[in-house]
Amino acid sequence: MSMHELQPSIEPVAVKLGRAIVVTSGKGGVGKTTTTANLGTALAARGARVALVDADVGLRNLDIVLGLESRVKYHVLDVLDETVSLEDALVADKHCETLFLLAAAQTREKDEVDTEKMRLLIESLRASFDYVLIDCPAGIELGFKNAVVGAGEAIVVCTPEVSAVRDVDRVVGLLGNRFKPQLIINRLRPQLVKKGKMLSVEDVNAILHLPLLGVIADEPEIIITTNRGEPLARRHDSDTANAYHAIAARVAGEDVPAPTVEANQGFFDKLGSFFGGRRA
Amino acid sequence: MIEWVRKVFGAPTSSTTAKERLRLVLMTDHLALAPELIENMKRDLVDVISRYVEVDREKVEVNFEREDRALAMLANIPIVSVNRPSPPPAPPVEPVVAGPPPQRRRRRKKPPTQNPAAAH
Repeated sequence: MSMHELQPSIEPVAVKLGRAIVVTSGKGGVGKTTTTANLGTALAARGARVALVDADVGLRNLDIVLGLESRVKYHVLDVLDETVSLEDALVADKHCETLFLLAAAQTREKDEVDTEKMRLLIESLRASFDYVLIDCPAGIELGFKNAVVGAGEAIVVCTPEVSAVRDVDRVVGLLGNRFKPQLIINRLRPQLVKKGKMLSVEDVNAILHLPLLGVIADEPEIIITTNRGEPLARRHDSDTANAYHAIAARVAGEDVPAPTVEANQGFFDKLGSFFGGRRA
Repeated sequence: MIEWVRKVFGAPTSSTTAKERLRLVLMTDHLALAPELIENMKRDLVDVISRYVEVDREKVEVNFEREDRALAMLANIPIVSVNRPSPPPAPPVEPVVAGPPPQRRRRRKKPPTQNPAAAH
């Protein structure tokens, strides 16, 4: 099936389109790709059909985090150039049959992507998937515009750092109201917050004023699972994995209790009490 | 030990410093991204001052400067003439509501000849 046939405008019957959500941040290195991989894995674990699109053309990484790098044959630009069909370019996940990846082109550049074609591609994906998560490149140039163009919603990832908050503030300003941006605070270290050495969730959101989807603590297991290419959200046996599942539930519209730092504090609490620390 | 000394002497924690820096940098960013806001403010400012003295509208300069822990607005408004025969007819003006507390507003009113930038 060619991309052309997948375009909803060609479809005679009204199909319910899935939700296209761009995961963005402005600043690089805050965990967009890890968040996209884990949120996608968690949504797929709920039975939803999920397509993950790596929009970071030239710096492909989502395949690595998902452990799918050896399966990638084609990429976004092959589909946009119509040399490969969308179906052929989608890589099926090894573990979850409802999770798919559309990899970025590694040997091409961001300005080779046609914005209008990118919009149509995301629309095609929305016809076949419940969720299309777009992993946005860092920056606010063309790569950002191409990642955002097909999305209807945005998730912004922010670490509790001055530079990250500043960049999210800028990105939210650029997105405007149309994308209803929601916030994930990543790499929070509750112990440091408690000691006044790190911005708290409240500090960050006193500036950003965004609906809070979730808080992910800075845990070694995220590094370990990323090393292995096995997203943490495949599991249900850790606080951080469950924080991703809670975010997925919230994205799906479930009324999950408001995310708190304490909910992500497990490891640190245990460590604290091991050393005789007491909490009020 | 240093942390303890800082606590005793009430020095801010690094997260407080981060918060403060973030607040300032975002104020500066938002101002830089809203040129029309600054133009409007400049116009209103000159309108108010013009009720009292005659100013050279063409040479009005408004700048924002980061000082240590505050953002300051510096307005350079050259006065052409102070010979106003009658008291200003303006209605009482509501005091300008300041933004966040450390944001100070200063106005420097100097004739153009005393402008250090224009001295050369």
